Amino acid sequence: MSVIVSSLEQRIRADNLKESPLSTQEYFVNMGPQHPSTHGVLRMVVKLDGETVREVIPVLGYIHRGIEKMGESFGYRQFVHMTDRIDYLSALINNWAVSMTVEKAAKIELNDRIQIIRTIMAELQRIQSHQLWWGVFGMDMGAFTPFLYGFRDREIITDIFEETIGARLTMNYIQPGGLMFDIHPNFQKRVKDFLKYFKPKLEEYETLLSGNVILQERVRNVGIMDAKTAISIGATGPVLRASGVKHDLRKLDPYGVYDKVDFDVPVGRIGDCWDRYWVRIEEIKQSMRIVEQLIDNIPEGKTMLMKPAVKIKLPEGTYYSQVETPRGVLGVFVVSDGKDKPYRIHLRTPNFNNIWSITEMSSNWRLGDLVAMLSSLDVVVPDIDR
Amino acid sequence: MPGPGFWPNEQVIGEIDMNWEIKTVAMFASEALREGYLGAAGYIILGVVAIAGFLAVLGMVLIYAERKVAGHFQCRLGPMRVGWHGVLQTVADTIKLFLKEDIVPFQADKVLHILAPLFTLLGTLLVLAVVPFSPGMQVADVNIGVVYVTAVGGFGVLGILLGGWSSNNKWSLVGAMRAGAQIISYEVSATLALLVVVLFSGSLKLSDIILSQEQGWWIWRAPVVGLVGFVIFFIASTAEINRTPFDLPEGESELTAGFHTEYSGMRFAFFFLAEFINMFIISAIAATLYLGGWMPFHIGGLDGFNAVMDLLPPGAWFAGKTSFLIFVLMWFRWTFPRLRVDQLMRLEWKILLPIGFVNLIAAAFMVMFGWYYGN
Repeated sequence: MSVIVSSLEQRIRADNLKESPLSTQEYFVNMGPQHPSTHGVLRMVVKLDGETVREVIPVLGYIHRGIEKMGESFGYRQFVHMTDRIDYLSALINNWAVSMTVEKAAKIELNDRIQIIRTIMAELQRIQSHQLWWGVFGMDMGAFTPFLYGFRDREIITDIFEETIGARLTMNYIQPGGLMFDIHPNFQKRVKDFLKYFKPKLEEYETLLSGNVILQERVRNVGIMDAKTAISIGATGPVLRASGVKHDLRKLDPYGVYDKVDFDVPVGRIGDCWDRYWVRIEEIKQSMRIVEQLIDNIPEGKTMLMKPAVKIKLPEGTYYSQVETPRGVLGVFVVSDGKDKPYRIHLRTPNFNNIWSITEMSSNWRLGDLVAMLSSLDVVVPDIDR
Repeated sequence: MPGPGFWPNEQVIGEIDMNWEIKTVAMFASEALREGYLGAAGYIILGVVAIAGFLAVLGMVLIYAERKVAGHFQCRLGPMRVGWHGVLQTVADTIKLFLKEDIVPFQADKVLHILAPLFTLLGTLLVLAVVPFSPGMQVADVNIGVVYVTAVGGFGVLGILLGGWSSNNKWSLVGAMRAGAQIISYEVSATLALLVVVLFSGSLKLSDIILSQEQGWWIWRAPVVGLVGFVIFFIASTAEINRTPFDLPEGESELTAGFHTEYSGMRFAFFFLAEFINMFIISAIAATLYLGGWMPFHIGGLDGFNAVMDLLPPGAWFAGKTSFLIFVLMWFRWTFPRLRVDQLMRLEWKILLPIGFVNLIAAAFMVMFGWYYGN
């Protein structure tokens, strides 16, 4: 298999040379970095023929901040604080990924209280992330109201987090060896209130957007990606599951207490935008199921098992652990040379792989479909560039 | 001075019951013209100032209403800070737009870039001149009213096309091309739906069309075809004025802002204003043609009921019907997602247009055989 490497300039030039008096001219537009539906600063060079998309070339790096390199000069405990800046919608799950790597290396066994609280927090974060995605998806489809509905309900979880953690977006709660603080006394009650509140609201989501005939027209059979392509790209999370692959680390490589709770992994059929939509809506329901099972069963125990203000030193070696974020597999790879700072740290972020599926599925669809596909991938751009 | 009978307004309005006396500014002007030019000029200036003032006030009211309606649809309050419940918010925004820098992009076609918003607003302004608000409130009662409305309404698309073209921006151009295709396509359906009412009322003059609904509105007096025509007209008009679910020319999430991406300050405000006034215009025209305009809700033969309905002044009926239709348009906007370009065209050419043709032919037969209520 040969790989053709060509620079952006070469690819832009090549096709404009084809000229004929009758043929229409293809043209290029920059979609982003400042564009309402690229959700941040993703830049895509789009080759268009009128309204029809011929090729999409994602151009990454606009928000590259060198987080991996910065990790080499931070201690492990400090590096946790960087992770909530990569995928800001799953801050706690990212915290967990790094903490898990460190705990694996330092061979720390966690008690049930820590594990259960972490699992609840992660699932709340997943619900919150999917709520935001749902709102933004509606907005990308041209309906502004879902955006505010999504934000309204997201706000409640944010408040719950704020009460326990103190932060609302870039949260640092899950630490190597446990949790930063114990949960707030109101936590359990408020989470239960939220579940009671949100179940009817989810029905409202369905009636407002899912059942809408225009939305169905826009997303059904649009942007189909089969399982083989999805795997070859390295897509994970809902994008992969929508293509029909039952791949969920919470089942395949259980961490936390996922092996003790009962939940299903929703799987799509053909991998179109609708499947990706449906998988995420179902995941919200499954996450609520998990939280419901755990919220009344938080045992007593310590919430921090490592001495706080002490530098963590990991034994020499390489360590890897992975978690399922709302967008897919986040892997943390640490090379330690025995000092208090990692020798090298690498993050395998889900969006970096997921974004390339847009190049596979978008050709010969319309400009409006490109927006729908991009939105259905649920990309968080800082997570791509790190 | 031309002799009597020269002025078209001197014609008798028809054999229809003359309970309603139609007076327009144009009529006053033509009467004054017999005395001298000065009085006529006064009336013309009055008409122009009235329309310009109405345009500005209506624009502000509609923008405020849209924001409030949107707010309550989305479980929030909308503007609340400036004035009581934010009523002065639009005034503040207008002042802001006046004071903003007017940016013309590098290498843009400057003349067209400046003209485009004016064209759009001109089309809107010209239609307002014939909208019958109530029997005594209308600037001009053109005897080819329906044709006039359709014709000058087409100015809007010219402005949008020029704006998109002259901006020297690919997103703008895509938006303008979408607008051109969309507005011209949907005008066909809208016109076919208008013709249904023209057939039933037997006149192109808007005041005649209203008077012909004295025994009942065409939406129910012409069984089925009236309703179908109304729905087609309303959908097609929504597409013509680029509102959700047909807001592709602007298509915020796709084209950043479509044809007005490169407009700022007052020029942007003109596009914005034209869009909102167009919303009023299509509601007013739909109300005039299908819901009787300022005509109260009458049922032919029930004189007592009709007398009760007459208690409300015609102006209130017009305002009520138009506001309701405007509310429906806002309801659309804050509920529906956007269609895709090819789906939009399919809806027009494969669904609305055939139905419109069948509806028109059915209407022609019904008029020929007199198959409608109150005949």
